[in-house]
Amino acid sequence: MSWTSDELMTVNAARALAGARTCFVGIGLPSAAANLARRTIEPGLVLIYESGTLGSKPSRLPLSIGDGELADTADAVVSVPEIFNYWLQAGRIDVGFLGAAQVDRYANINTTVIDRGPGRPEGRLPGAGGAPEIAASCGKVLMVLRHSRRNMVERLDFVTTVGHGSGPGDRARLGLPGAGPVAVITDLGVLRPDPDTAELVLTELHPGVSVEQVCEATGWKLRVAPDVGVTGPPTSMELAALRELSDRGASDA
Amino acid sequence: MAEILSLREAVAALVRPGDTVAMEGFTHLIPFAAAHEVIRQGITDLTLVRMTPDVIYDQLIGMGAARKLVFSWGGNPGVGSLHRFRDAVENGWPRPLELDEHSHAGMANRYVAGASRLPFAVLRGYRGSDLPGRSPTISTVRCPFTGEELAAVAAVNPNVTVIHAQRADRAGNVQLWGLVGVQKEAALAAERVLVTVEEIVDALDPRPGAVVLPSWSVHAIAVAPNGAHPSYTAGYTVRDNDFYQAWDPISRDRDTFLAWMRAHVLEAA
Repeated sequence: MSWTSDELMTVNAARALAGARTCFVGIGLPSAAANLARRTIEPGLVLIYESGTLGSKPSRLPLSIGDGELADTADAVVSVPEIFNYWLQAGRIDVGFLGAAQVDRYANINTTVIDRGPGRPEGRLPGAGGAPEIAASCGKVLMVLRHSRRNMVERLDFVTTVGHGSGPGDRARLGLPGAGPVAVITDLGVLRPDPDTAELVLTELHPGVSVEQVCEATGWKLRVAPDVGVTGPPTSMELAALRELSDRGASDA
Repeated sequence: MAEILSLREAVAALVRPGDTVAMEGFTHLIPFAAAHEVIRQGITDLTLVRMTPDVIYDQLIGMGAARKLVFSWGGNPGVGSLHRFRDAVENGWPRPLELDEHSHAGMANRYVAGASRLPFAVLRGYRGSDLPGRSPTISTVRCPFTGEELAAVAAVNPNVTVIHAQRADRAGNVQLWGLVGVQKEAALAAERVLVTVEEIVDALDPRPGAVVLPSWSVHAIAVAPNGAHPSYTAGYTVRDNDFYQAWDPISRDRDTFLAWMRAHVLEAA
């Protein structure tokens, strides 16, 4: 059986939701992963979207966080102030699942502006959305993004959302209630923060990917776990579920 | 009491040059028809407020209607960039665009404070982020009871809030349901409220989860069938995802964008 690197990424991102009860879902890659998890490893997973839906059960991948099916299939639909204040800020959500434009070694995120050098205007990204408070208040945070030197950078041009700040103890010092990022899942492997330094370390490679390949695609000198593992290949069931979701999403869009 | 007017009359009566205008609708119920009428009437120098600028503000910005944008996420949902927004911010085309940028939680709470007629709202937010350094409307406040330092965000009180709803009755009571977003707060935060609706009905039978804005909290209502397109109105229309994808190539190029706006907005009254 064959698969794409994006499928590897999404399947592994879905697996990372094992044991989670509730997930605040960003649109795009996180939404694909969370919906796949509901069809595979964690059927009872409660999907929460910032458009105000609690317990959405879409039959296909939504294009936007406001697609009608997210509301039609939800256990409850609430206002946007309520979702952020009563549900997210109050600490009721286990996992926040985020994408990112730029990530640094402490899993901080930039989704605001790109510095394009002296004399050139800043490149504009979409902005914060829900991410700063999702990363602050969820029990823990998972991130999913494609691995490249453009995305995984030595220094962020702007800190939109704090992961582990500048190292251990920063989250507590800043008063961020959740544990912060626990895994960054990419199309090459999985990075996790070192418990002592909070710096992201390569802990798993996807099948067929080399350590050198990952280091080459990372903008900082990436640390590699001494016993770096290999993720299990996608099962036929995982791939079938993901492809069914994607096909339905595509035919709808 | 809400007056039932034509869309042209309602926009002319309520939206003035230089106003701070919020056109809300979190992906659902986005008031596109009203925005197009603002563009046709050439109302400009607006401060546009909206959590997710979406294609609706990409169009207003690209037509030069805005001098400032207050927002929290400026993308084409599920598709990519808003090219007219980026061109205005990065290159000042067709005019420079001042920004006041927040997170969603911050913006939602700014509307809550505005609706409550309080000067600011508090939240646990922005901690460690660079965002407060760029916004004059984000600060901190110490809790007088626990001593905890919290984020403070200034209330937003638009001159006009424009929303789209499923329907109103003949007395001007408005009913909306589905994803209700932040529209109630945005409407109650404003001096003047314009609501476009799919239809006027004799009686508003109750709907689960519906928000009702009583006639006396609304200033003008205009019937605009399919007035949220390419967004949607639950129970009436579905989101036109094809259009959101088609907008990407239309909006990438200035001339293509202007030609599209001429054909589909300016000459399509």
